Amino acid sequence: MGKTIAEINEKIKKGEAVVVTAEEMIDIVKEKGSETAAQDVDVVTTGTFGPMCSSGAYLNLGHTSPKFKFGGGRTTLNGIEVYTGLAAVDIYLGATALSEDDPKNKVYPGKFKYGGGHVIQDLVEGKDIELEATSYGTDCYPGKRLNNIINLNDINEAVLFNPRNLYQNYNVAVNLSDKVIYTYMGTLKPNLGNANYCSAGQLSPLLNDPYYRTIGIGTKIFLGGGVGFVSWWGTQHNPGVKRADNGTPLTPSGTAAVIGDLKRMSGEWLKGVSFLGYGATLSVGIGVPIPILDEDMAKFTGVSDEDISTSIVDYSKAYPEGISESVGRATYAELKSGKIIIKDKEVITAGISSYYKAKEIAEELKTWIKKGDFFLTEPVAQFPDAESGYKFKPMKMRKLKGGE
Amino acid sequence: MYSEKIVLHIPSNMVDKPIVYKLSRDFDLEFNILKATVIPNEEGVLVLELKGDKNNYDKALRYLEAEKIKIKSLSKDVTRDENKCVHCGLCVGICPVSAFEVELDSRKIIFKQDKCIACGMCVNVCPYKAMEIKL
Repeated sequence: MGKTIAEINEKIKKGEAVVVTAEEMIDIVKEKGSETAAQDVDVVTTGTFGPMCSSGAYLNLGHTSPKFKFGGGRTTLNGIEVYTGLAAVDIYLGATALSEDDPKNKVYPGKFKYGGGHVIQDLVEGKDIELEATSYGTDCYPGKRLNNIINLNDINEAVLFNPRNLYQNYNVAVNLSDKVIYTYMGTLKPNLGNANYCSAGQLSPLLNDPYYRTIGIGTKIFLGGGVGFVSWWGTQHNPGVKRADNGTPLTPSGTAAVIGDLKRMSGEWLKGVSFLGYGATLSVGIGVPIPILDEDMAKFTGVSDEDISTSIVDYSKAYPEGISESVGRATYAELKSGKIIIKDKEVITAGISSYYKAKEIAEELKTWIKKGDFFLTEPVAQFPDAESGYKFKPMKMRKLKGGE
Repeated sequence: MYSEKIVLHIPSNMVDKPIVYKLSRDFDLEFNILKATVIPNEEGVLVLELKGDKNNYDKALRYLEAEKIKIKSLSKDVTRDENKCVHCGLCVGICPVSAFEVELDSRKIIFKQDKCIACGMCVNVCPYKAMEIKL
């Protein structure tokens, strides 16, 4: 016997819903079996917290007097470049944006101490932000130069809108070369000196709903400490990769785009980060509730770190050169044990995604649902699924006619 | 055998003196130089691990003090800002002396100050700038 989301919401309203975290669900399914677990449990909460580069926020700054057209001009927030190619006072602040005078990797490895992600954190923490803008001036928007202090409370909309978050599984990064390399997967010591991974594994949202049955467009989620929604599938969504029998993909696969009101989020769950030699970005905390509609969903959410594996990739050659090649595989249980064996060598492992915070998010979301403050949503439309043929393609390279 | 990791701030007029040699010869201490820097016209900073008889160690410290060398315990010089740390674990993989450990169930990262040699690797690597070093 299955359940519907409406029935689960009715239980939440009455305070009768059984809500557990994806970590707790593992033992429940092991002890009771998936059939009983499906009857007993209504919602499983998942969580993840880690750097998600394809993140940013759009802001409506409000109009000045005399009016000023940010659109098409140049604007910075605390010195960080924002995208102005929108209407007069709408801007988009990207997580990886830097200031013009950041030395970047000219002084290698660059420190990238302050970038777009840091501005988002400062905004959300209510700090005053310095705005500097130049524009070309029009008859209706005469302003050409503007210096001002803005604050999240004073501007109109501030919306976190991330084109790609929630990667369903991710590579383990290693370095086979004899030099230290600085990557978005952290600093990698030469000759397999360390191995960095980045997924919450058994707590990760899309690994608990591997075929995107309940997570789709319109799914209501915990986003950055506030409430958000899945707005679309994420960029680079790649559902057709090989999967294990339990449905979890063996390599990076599905992704989700998410959206939510920045004004209701918190700096606890949105943190600006700096990756040595790589750049600045934003760490985002996301939690997704999964309705246990039937036995299959109980099985999916009962997945544990032992049953999820990923591919180990060399970031000194294979990754930068776009060669799809793996130097081995490891399960998340092995990765979390602190060391794995690669090419007969014992290699120390480290997480980039915080499992500690992921757990906090799953717990927090559980509390919201139990208290009746958060209800589940039916997806408005599904993501392209494993059978859809939807693919993540590399860039097609072509020469201009008459060019070299 | 007594062992301690210390940070010495050596005044500029002492920078050319063979301090480590004296620690070894006069006080019979084993030394391991973890870090050494000289800041022009200011001072020298030396991070040492010293091992030996506790009496000799105490005498050695008195000698250093008499030479106007500032002595600090290393453990106080590398700190973690608990408000910034998110317990991701990047420091665990980069630390050459395993001064970070992952607590099993909570997956919290524990910083074992006594193991730290103040190399500063974690300070550079931490994306959240939670690690600080003040030598």
